[in-house]
Amino acid sequence: MKTIYIMWLRELKRYLRSKSRIVGSLGQPVLFLLALGYGLGSTFQKAGQGNYIDFLAPGIVGMTIIFTSIFSGIQVIWDRQFGFLKETMVAPVSRFNIMIGRTLGGATIATIQGIIVFCLALIPGFRPQNWFMIFPLILIMLLVGTMFTALGTAIASQLEDMQGFQLIMNFLVMPLFFLSGAIFPLSGLPPVLVLITKFDPLSYGIDAFRILLSNSGVYSLTLDISVLVIITLIFLSVGSYLFSKVQI
Amino acid sequence: MSNIIEVKNLKKQFGDFTAVNDISFEVKAGEIFAFLGPNGAGKSTTIKMLTTLLSPTSGSIILNNNNPVENPNAVRHSFGIVFQDPSLDDELTAWENLEFHGVLYNIEKGLRRKRIEELMKFVELWDRKNSLVKEFSGGMKRRLEIARGLLHHPKILFLDEPTIGLDPQTRNHMWTYLEELNKSEGITIFFTTHYMEEASKIAKRIAIIDHGKIIATGTSEELQIKTETSSLEEAFLKLTGNVIREEGANATDKLRAHRQWRGGGKR
Ligand SMILES: Nc1ncnc2c1ncn2[C@@H]1O[C@H](COP(=O)(O)OP(=O)(O)OP(=O)(O)O)[C@@H](O)[C@H]1O
Ligand SMILES: [Mg+2]
Repeated sequence: MKTIYIMWLRELKRYLRSKSRIVGSLGQPVLFLLALGYGLGSTFQKAGQGNYIDFLAPGIVGMTIIFTSIFSGIQVIWDRQFGFLKETMVAPVSRFNIMIGRTLGGATIATIQGIIVFCLALIPGFRPQNWFMIFPLILIMLLVGTMFTALGTAIASQLEDMQGFQLIMNFLVMPLFFLSGAIFPLSGLPPVLVLITKFDPLSYGIDAFRILLSNSGVYSLTLDISVLVIITLIFLSVGSYLFSKVQI
Repeated sequence: MSNIIEVKNLKKQFGDFTAVNDISFEVKAGEIFAFLGPNGAGKSTTIKMLTTLLSPTSGSIILNNNNPVENPNAVRHSFGIVFQDPSLDDELTAWENLEFHGVLYNIEKGLRRKRIEELMKFVELWDRKNSLVKEFSGGMKRRLEIARGLLHHPKILFLDEPTIGLDPQTRNHMWTYLEELNKSEGITIFFTTHYMEEASKIAKRIAIIDHGKIIATGTSEELQIKTETSSLEEAFLKLTGNVIREEGANATDKLRAHRQWRGGGKR
């Protein structure tokens, strides 16, 4: 327990101390909100899809969470390069707990960022249908954050240095984001793509956000949560296994 | 006295390059043991295998009656280590780095706080306790790492070039403290260094390693008698030759250089 807590605390302290990371990682979602929100809003409405900002906001919250949490998971590579990873790897505590602490830290950070973006989305006019849904929303944000931090950790455990980072961004994170239905509805896609989106765990997260915030998801909340929980457990087991095998 | 470290036919290969080549040695409980060798001899690689960071290619290790490969957690309970390369979290303060370590090693809060204060005063960093580590000089970081290594009192303490970058005052200060700890608590000390006087003065027994092989073991005097020299430094040079070892920017550079050199030798 103590191990998990101290690892979590470390992640949080590092996050709170790097103001540039907080602001920097908000830049992209804000840009997407404004550019897409104002740029595509009228087209979206003309196509008879309703208010675009109500559609877009949950998607951008999801985007913030996947980017922040994968990035947190990838920090393992930095820790390896700056040497701190050795300190945790020789400690007489289970590597499983170390990994869980790190992951929960990453999930917490991602959730904080998600909440900030949620608040920023209120400026261009986004309103949740029911303010009490914020509480279940935060829980699902934590779940999605845990899932992707664990995925980031799993990948980072296999990488020696930052060379592979671009590869992950371009061939994993970006496709996961674009095929999640975050910025456009999945309903109009060709069948092959629709099938692919069914394998994108982020789409279930964003669907759950939409159900809670604007009552407009495609799946059901039960399905979303079940898929998220199962995938999270899988990523956590794979991630902690790979992390425990890291050699320095 | 019983052996606290037993290494038999230990070998580590990176690709087709052999960094540690079939070495065997023992360290007795309560002993101060020095591991000497030119750059790239395989000292750090051996320490990494002993401390569960790397798994050996072949051979066996018993550390405090446990095998680091089969039972890493039991082994991790029995040692502390100061690494050759930096291993602090730059974004945390000096105090937070020690607190983090203390929690990971499950030192009870009262004792932990007391020791952190003692050790930070000992390495003269107490008045900088709330500074972020990234604001520290190289020597200050080193001193903090040493303080951290001493925070929990392990059975075995591994020190990989602990005095690198330290001024003579701090070096003396540190070794006096370590010798006391060795006497009062019976802590076994396994260290590497490139300062021969240090090894000669502090270590009870010395192993000299070169190209991944142990080429001599004994006390400083025994090594001098064996090589018919009058100081450990001369003995060391006689045993390992005068050739300067290739020192690459990183491990792979070194590895490449080494391969070329070896390949060239064969042709
Ligand atoms: N991860 C690695 N991959 C490939 N080669 C490695 C790796 N780690 C170490 N080596 C190589 O193994 C050899 C032994 O390295 P090691 O770090 O053990 O030397 P050392 O005795 O500690 O030297 P120094 O006095 O310079 O610290 C070197 O030739 C080094 O290049
Ligand atoms: Mg070394």
